[in-house]
Parts: sequence; structure tokens; C-alpha cells
Amino acid sequence: MPIIDCKVLVIGAGPGGYVAAIRAGQLGLDTVIVEARAHGGTCLNVGCIPSKAIIHVADEFEKATHFAAGSPIGVKAARPEIDLKKSVAWKDAIVKRLTGGVSGLLKKNKVRTISGWATFVDGRTVEVKTDDGAQTIRAENIIIATGSVPVELPFLPFGGNVISSTEALDLDSPPKTLAIVGAGYIGLELGIAFAKLGSKVTVVEALDRILPLYDKALTRPVAKKMKALGIEVVLGAKAKGAGKGGLQIETADGKAETVKADKILVTVGRAPLTEGWGRDNLVLDMDGRFIKIDEQCRTSMSGIYAIGDVTGEPMLAHRAMAQGEMAAEIIAGENRAWDKVAIAAVCFTDPEIVSAGLLPDEASAAGYEIITQSFPFAANGRAMTMESEDGFVRIVARADNHLVLGIQAVGGGVSELAAAFGLALEMGAALEDIAGTIHAHPTQGEAFQEAALRTLGQALHI
Amino acid sequence: MGEHIIKLPDVGEGVAEAELVEWMAAIGANVREDEVLAAVMTDKATVEIPSPVEGKVIWQAAKVGDILAVGSPLIRLEVDGPGNVKPGADQSGEVVEAAPAAAAPVEAKSKPKETPKPVPKKPATNGAAEPVSARPSPSGAPRAEGDKPLASPAVRKRAADAGIDLRRVHGTGPAGRISNADLDAYFESGGETQARGGGLGRKTGVTDVPMVGLRRKIAEKMAIAKSRIAHITYVEEIDMTALEDLRKQLNETRKEGRAKLTLLPFLMRAIVKAVADQPQINAIYDDEAGIVHQHGGVHIGVAAQTPGGLMVPVAHHVEARDLWDCAAEVARLSEAARTGKAKREELSGSTITITSLGAMGGIVTTPVINHPEVAIVGVNKMQVLPKWDGQEFRPRKCMNLSSSFDHRVIDGWDAAVFVQRLKELLETPAMIFID
Repeated sequence: MPIIDCKVLVIGAGPGGYVAAIRAGQLGLDTVIVEARAHGGTCLNVGCIPSKAIIHVADEFEKATHFAAGSPIGVKAARPEIDLKKSVAWKDAIVKRLTGGVSGLLKKNKVRTISGWATFVDGRTVEVKTDDGAQTIRAENIIIATGSVPVELPFLPFGGNVISSTEALDLDSPPKTLAIVGAGYIGLELGIAFAKLGSKVTVVEALDRILPLYDKALTRPVAKKMKALGIEVVLGAKAKGAGKGGLQIETADGKAETVKADKILVTVGRAPLTEGWGRDNLVLDMDGRFIKIDEQCRTSMSGIYAIGDVTGEPMLAHRAMAQGEMAAEIIAGENRAWDKVAIAAVCFTDPEIVSAGLLPDEASAAGYEIITQSFPFAANGRAMTMESEDGFVRIVARADNHLVLGIQAVGGGVSELAAAFGLALEMGAALEDIAGTIHAHPTQGEAFQEAALRTLGQALHI
Repeated sequence: MGEHIIKLPDVGEGVAEAELVEWMAAIGANVREDEVLAAVMTDKATVEIPSPVEGKVIWQAAKVGDILAVGSPLIRLEVDGPGNVKPGADQSGEVVEAAPAAAAPVEAKSKPKETPKPVPKKPATNGAAEPVSARPSPSGAPRAEGDKPLASPAVRKRAADAGIDLRRVHGTGPAGRISNADLDAYFESGGETQARGGGLGRKTGVTDVPMVGLRRKIAEKMAIAKSRIAHITYVEEIDMTALEDLRKQLNETRKEGRAKLTLLPFLMRAIVKAVADQPQINAIYDDEAGIVHQHGGVHIGVAAQTPGGLMVPVAHHVEARDLWDCAAEVARLSEAARTGKAKREELSGSTITITSLGAMGGIVTTPVINHPEVAIVGVNKMQVLPKWDGQEFRPRKCMNLSSSFDHRVIDGWDAAVFVQRLKELLETPAMIFID
């Protein structure tokens, strides 16, 4: 096959890679993107999007179950049934529409797409194994966007009844019993969904708390709901391996036990994909297990950039997208550097958690003198009318000049507040800015304004 | 139409890489044959890379400040005719990165990450000792030194597009936030918002100057010299009256076409005399091999300030040059260094160095040895001082010599003997010319 020469080569068409390619195309750069699987990467195919689809199915099913039991709001329905095969097919249709959309956007922006596995030959040359043979691509600039993969435990290798999040999203029916190893956000999102779909779920976590990235106040409503759903949480316990009838664990006090499980879902984190694509043929400096980058996403080799999960935490699609956009603009000669204030993180548990900027403890640890207050949804009209009174919005601000450093919320549907939180932080809002903005009534967003007022000592509705 | 790749040529013996210091031909520029495309700097000299062909620049391998390996592609030209690149030929070339890739990450891995201790972020308006800004802050406290500039993404983008570092812009918003209006004010004032309204204002800007080219070389060299050599500095006063009288006379009666004598040729000849008795002073110390190479030839480096920074051209075999020859060589070398035309050979191979700032020489300096040499002679300024001759004060032209030695191989006694010998020679200049 003739060698392809281009200005920009993107390796990996996940959210980081495809955004980089689209932006590069918009800027008139001759761009090629290589992807071994479907466009959209982990996010669209086996991550964010499909999991949200299954969570929606679970929520609707739980609602119907709730109605069948006779609800206080006066709605009554017959006992619902779940056809998970049909749910998965519906989910797959959404995934297909979105990945197709990405392919269309790439085409529209004149990005050439190559399907196959890319391997670096040297710092300017990549060889792609395509169905039609080896394709050599030479590029002036290369963006590495290889993403990440679920971490596999050596004593619980994936296969058979031991599954990763990918397989969990393609099950034919909810397992009768489900053991989850790891109480991070991926494990809890899926665990809560399957509990709602009727599985008996047990979560095994080595640490002494769930969702260790957030503080206790934020995770308490989630723990409460999990208890109500009958999810058993075993903290301080070590998974030992898969045995007859389930997952073998060692509890905090050293006892060996077996957790009954038809399926064992391992969600102990994700690892950057730094092997298998010829990194040995490059001289890339590493930062721990990640590729080391500077504030312009440049690696230690000139002309080679890296973005997304392969470059570090937080491993989030929207971080990768922002990096991809920036890298493309830098290659096009624009003056850009990473200057983002916050990357909001959302946990689609029930209730949802959203966190943007610094948690109170983090702000104090960073040396700030802070003021912080929260406003509970129990005092928010809209939350009451949605039977969603658990949770709160909390603001962390500098004591001296009231600059907002962090905003968190836990509660039903609060993921949509991430937009307001992110905007406030990125615009450099002070408490007075949020307090002085009219928030429409009746919405959950009023709790945001009230939290600002309360931090200023002027709360009106509490 | 074809493509012609020009690779970084071998720019000197033993040179494996060079730093790109200037692009003379931008992308899109048409260049003629022999036109200079770029300048690269090795350890020793700046070398210009000419174009062997006529064509249009379509690609550059690196930015100014990057290190390129010899033999790696430097530039690509679009040329009439087939060029030197076959379709499909490998044109990749790695740019050698400045940081050694192997050593650092290993070290980083073995070191546990330290948790940074919280540094209290002080409010900007805190403490009476701080100068009060004459510029009123309409709302909120101004941004404190070290705080990140606060601005909306739109303002940040506008500043970035205009190449403005927001740390230099004064923000008038709450918490020191920079608005579009603040940026407008910055543009209008030509970049000096602090000066607006008169009076004294705090400046919070930080200018980042990349260390490239000669500056980086000097930094590396000085760091090596100071970290490896145990310096000892010895200062002695020399009565230069006799030598100055002789110099004046020689200059007045010199043959046409001869360079005017400065102090340097005398000092160079005196050094030749002195090191004949003390060969350990005219030496190169290879501390890794544990060998002091005592040189027969006396190759004297003469530190010279150039527009680009400090350079040390070398007068070779001073032992075989007479006074006038030394003067001519020094004049030629300093001109070459100043205009950047010094050849690689003229910038290397010294065995001892002289540093002099002339009238700016001060009364005492602590010269840094030109590694891996073992001695450097520093010349301080000359001044007329009253000296007691036993009966009365007489005006004498006096000058200090501040000389540093590598105490690892030169003891204080030997250093003193050397400088006292120089003093003897310079104070009785006839001795310089008699064997």
C-alpha cells in the first residue's frame, strides 16, 4: 500500500482522539485517525454512554416496581418484568447512532480514517495492521490517544463468570447474585443498577469506605440508598479469587468467607494503555504509569503529543476532549496551554454525585483559608415534588476574597448541575456572583444559589 | 517538483548534537543556493547551515532551543526536479530531546511522591508592611503574588491569541478577576496598566526567559566548574608603574601596522615565564581519569564579553609568540569572538585563562576556573595610589591580580609562589624578556 503522509496523525478514536482529529480538520490540517475498533472509544462503546443507558433502564424498572408496591403519590401499576436482552439491544442502537455520528463528523471535517491496530516504527512513522495488510503512515505530528483498559486482578482473571464493566453491559439477564470487587464509581453505578433490576448485590472493598475520592458527607446519601436497595457492602475486605459458588474473600478481621455470586464484576480501576503500540520504539518520558506531558500535551519527544487517559488522572472523557481540542490548535500554531480551572466529575449512582474544583479538605490542604456551607434538598421545593429530598449542594470559597474554589452536590439528577458548577469556577466566580444570579423557581438549581447565600451568612430559605 | 531534505551536517569533530539557535528561512520562504537556512550551536561555536539547492521551505524539524542530532533531518525544501527523496523513502528523524530520557524517570519512580505541605495562601491585603497600591481596587482584594490569574475562558483565549501573559494584567474584578475591560486597558496602555493613574503600584508580572544558545552553554559550564572544582582565590597588588612606562614607550615607537600593546601581552608573556617553573599550573585536570595533563605549550584563553555572552577565544602556543605577536593575536581573536566569526578551533584547547574587565575590573574578583583547567588569572582595575617609599608618598599605578586555582591539585603555597612570581615579573618588566 502506498505510504500515507500527513500533518497530523491521531492514534485512537476515543473522545480525546476524535475531538483532536475533528478540530485539526476544522483548522485545515491534513489529518489521519487510526482506530482498531469502533469510533468513540471506551466512552461511547463500553463506558459512559452504554452504562447510562442500562442505568436508565434500571431506574425505570425500579419506578415501576415502586408503583406495583403501591406508591404514596397515587400511581399504581402491575408488577413489571425486565427483558434485559431487549434493553441491551436498545442500548446498542444508541451506541451505534453515536459512533456512526462520530464517523460522520470525522468525514465532514475531511479526516481520513484508517481501521486497524497502530504500532510506532519511530517518532514520525506508524504502521497500521489493516484488514488489507500493513499501512505505513508518516506524520509531522502524532497525537497518542490510546486511552485505558479495565485493571485485571491476577487472582481474578477476566473470563467465565469473572467480568469487567464491558461484559456487565451486555448480559442477557440480571444475574441472581452479583459480587462486585471495588467500590469506586464504576462498581457502584453498575451495582446499584443491577440491584434495581433484581440482582442480590454484594460490594467488596479493600478500603474502609465507598467512593474514596469523595468525602463522607457526599457519599452518605448513596450508602443510605444502597442499604435500602439491599446491597451488602463489605468494607476492609480482600478479594481472594473465584471459587465454587462465588467470590472468596478475606474479611477485615481475617476470616475467609465466600460471597455467593453468579457473576463477579471486577471494577478496581482503569490502567493507561501504554503497551502494545510500539512505545519501545520511542523515547517517551513517563510519569509513573502514564505518559509524561507538559501543559501543552507535548511529550518528551518533539512532534509527539499525548492526550486523555494515557496521560493521567482524572481519566474522564471531557478532560480528554479538552486536551484533544487544545493539542490540535497548538499543532495549527495557535498559542494555547492548559489553563482549565476545573474538570467536573460525576458519579451516576443513586443519588448522583457531582464535584467540581476542590473539596473542603483539599482546599485546606492547599493552604487556603476557606468558608464552606451546604444547602439541603430537603429545603428545596422542586426536590420535594420529585420525591428526591436526599442530598445537598455545597460551596467551598476563599475566606479572604470569596473566590469559589469548589462546588459539590449529591442528590437526584444533580449531574445536570455540573454545567453551572463548571461555568462558575471557570469564570472565576465569587460567592456574590452566584448569590446575585437569579435562579429560576422551582428548580433544584436554587439550592446552588442558596448554598452561596448561606456561605455568605445570608441564607433565605433555611 | 520534488522534495529535498537537508540533514544536520557534521559540524565539528566529536559533535553528536547541536542546538538550533536561529531559523533564517521561514516555512514558505524561497531560498537560493548557498543561502543560510539556520544557525546551530555546538559546545564551541555557532555554525551556519547553508542550502545546497534552490527551493521553497516546506518543513522545519525543530524550534529554536531544540537539540538536534547530527544526521537528522533539519529542513525540507520543495525543489524543481526530483529532489533527493524517493517517494516512500524514510524521512523520519528523531529530534534528540534536551533532557536525558533514561536517567530521570527511573529516579522519579523510586522516589515516593512527597505530599506537598500546605503553604498558607496569604490574602493579598494583609499586613501593614506591604506597600499600599496607589491604584484603588474598586471591589475585592487584588490578586496576591503567586496566585493564578483569574479570568473567564473568553478573556484567557483573547489574551493567548494576542500573546499576552495574563499574569501581567491587573484585574479589577472580585478576587482580582481580569475582565475584557481590564484587557482593553492593558492594550491601550501598551502593556503597563500598573502605571495608570500615576503613583507607585505593585508589579506582579514574571517574565520567563528561556535559557537557550550560548547562555545555556555558559550556565552548564559554570555549574560544572563550580560544582567540581574546589576554588581557592589569591589576591595580590602589583605596582604597574614601571610596566606602564615601558608599555607607553613601546607604543609610541612601534612600527606601523603593529597592534597597540595593552596590558594583556605582557601578562601572557609573564605567565609563560612563571609556568616554566611551575608546570602544574599550566595543566588540564582529568578528574575522572585521575590524571593532571601538564602541557608543554601554553595556550591562553582570554575571556571576552560578546553581545551573546561570555566567550573564551584561545591564543595558542604563546610560548612561541613574542610580545607583538601576542598583541596581534589577542586583537584578532577578540574581534572574531565579538562578531561571532570565531572558529571552533579558536574557541578550544586552552590550558590556562586570563579574565579582565578593564576599567570595570573592580578591586577584587573571584574568577571561576575555565574547567578543566586548574588556574585562572583575573585582572582588576588599575588606579593611582599613594605609596610610601620610606621617605614620602609617591603616586604609583597599582593593580590587583585576583587568581583562582583548583585546590584539588594546586596547594595554597604553590598558588602564592605563582602569583608572587607574576608580581616580580610585572614589577620588573625587563625580567619578562630575559631568560
